[in-house]
Amino acid sequence: MAVLNRRVHGEHIGITAKGQARCLSHLRERGVRYTFANMATASGGARFEFASDQSLLVYFDELRETGRAESGPPQGEKSRAQARPLQSQIALQANEKVRKLLRLLELEPVAGVRNVHPAYCSLLVKFDGLRFRHHEVESILRGYLERLEEIKLPEPRLVEIPVCYGGEFGPDLTEVCAIHGLTRAQVIELHASAEYLVYFLGFVPGFAYLGELSEALVTPRLAVPRRRVPAGSVGIAGNQTGVYPFATPGGWRLIGRTPVAMFRDEREGFSLLAIGDRVRFAPISAERFGELEKEWA
Amino acid sequence: MGVIQVQEPGLFTTVQDLGREGFGAMGVSASGAADAISLRLGNRMVGNHEGAAGLEMTLLGGMFTFLERALLALTGSDFGATLDGKPVELWSSFEAKAGQTLRLGPTRSGARCYLCVQGGIAVELFLGSASTHILSGLGGNEGRALRKEDALKIGAERGAIHERRLTARALKELQPRKVLRVTKGPQSDWFPESARRLFYESRYRVAEESNRMGIRLEGAIVPVPSGGEMISEGVSLGAIQVPEGGKPIILFVEQQTTGGYPKIANVISADLHSLGQLRPRDEIRFERVDWETARALLREQEKLMASEDLISG
Repeated sequence: MAVLNRRVHGEHIGITAKGQARCLSHLRERGVRYTFANMATASGGARFEFASDQSLLVYFDELRETGRAESGPPQGEKSRAQARPLQSQIALQANEKVRKLLRLLELEPVAGVRNVHPAYCSLLVKFDGLRFRHHEVESILRGYLERLEEIKLPEPRLVEIPVCYGGEFGPDLTEVCAIHGLTRAQVIELHASAEYLVYFLGFVPGFAYLGELSEALVTPRLAVPRRRVPAGSVGIAGNQTGVYPFATPGGWRLIGRTPVAMFRDEREGFSLLAIGDRVRFAPISAERFGELEKEWA
Repeated sequence: MGVIQVQEPGLFTTVQDLGREGFGAMGVSASGAADAISLRLGNRMVGNHEGAAGLEMTLLGGMFTFLERALLALTGSDFGATLDGKPVELWSSFEAKAGQTLRLGPTRSGARCYLCVQGGIAVELFLGSASTHILSGLGGNEGRALRKEDALKIGAERGAIHERRLTARALKELQPRKVLRVTKGPQSDWFPESARRLFYESRYRVAEESNRMGIRLEGAIVPVPSGGEMISEGVSLGAIQVPEGGKPIILFVEQQTTGGYPKIANVISADLHSLGQLRPRDEIRFERVDWETARALLREQEKLMASEDLISG
């Protein structure tokens, strides 16, 4: 994971939009830090799949093009073989294309395209079915895909999120330690020392899918999901980690909690994290958690 | 400014408009009225634009007092509405005089009834929409369902108090369906032929725990494709995903924006409003159509919605 580990700390906090810059310095006072990091580039093909009568999926998951050796898929399960769980390098390259296509669609919106849902290796494009047929949207998107190389992604921000690990905030930390034969301190160190990429935001408003988790921490989901995970809970599942912005059902194993609000309506930008951001977790004490929680209330 | 006093909120009543498209990259789904056709028609009957905010009531309606004269319309399912004790008709606008109380009861037909008021329900917009997003507690009236003693403001835009009703033809053609037409899902091919046949031949029952996020189905267990996990991807409104366990879930207006379960089919756009009228224990089945049919049905529906003689004055 050379790409993920390369860190370039910027001195200044803030991005071009004035309101956002103001808001970021405000956030910093409340325990959140934004800086900048760098990212490598990639190229390759895409395939299209109709999702509904008013949407289609663009997949960047042509594994062969990336030169990765895959054992032959069983007959009739081609798509499935292409959609294996997050494989670091492939997912990074594919995700960069997702972000570039998203960026291009933001810079040059297509009238009649209503919404986009990015994910690890794909982008769902929802369009007005009275205006377009699938192949018309596909052909517009193919034109965009040809131009991905010229797209410069915004400078990634590095966002530091304070987390109080274990105890009532991380009810699964003990079990995660037991599964891996690690001490509490080792698990916290492994989780907090890595720098993560925001592959996309999905599931619920402001939920960032972060990758990838240290191999030593790769843990399956809970067999039975919790009916209610408290807002701010920091979870791990497979080689992903993330923060639940709201109290929702959830199957990820909870190792800590942040007092920071991940998604609010009045904040400029709404979501604390954006696709392409880099994230680090900073361990804090329960006392500090209490202080920050008051500031965020 | 007119005010609606909430005497009784009903089982689950929220402020909804046509939702907020365009924020999928933040994980925000569109939300909006579960039966958008009914909301649009109700708004037209009171002289609003189609996307004005109204109240969406679920299974059991509330009791509302109007402090000033208001032009109202009820659409969707019949909740046995009365105005100061006198029955009022669905699909037809009517006037409430200052101080009058509209009372609704349990449903006599489908799941949702809409109350539209001339001027619309005025709430602070969140990402450009008045729709309530329950899970995140954002939008609508304080991001939540109505409570007793809430006071809702009515928007300032007023037109003539002019009664309008929906034509019988429109009512018939826009009737909610129990046989839902679907197109194939992006992972249809993952399911063995036998699983797909089972899915299309079976009747499914709407489960109690269904809500605006998803409609959970009980009935024939669809064998889940074996081997490997799927990578999460963007999911469409009306997508029918089959999680482990094989009980299909139809993703609905407050859907998650991404998901990692294979999707066997997707409800066509022209039938999405029918989903909003499904009650727990209703029986449904699915009928496969091709892309051109789905498109033609949507075009027909929108042509009907756009026609001048849809509503008579």
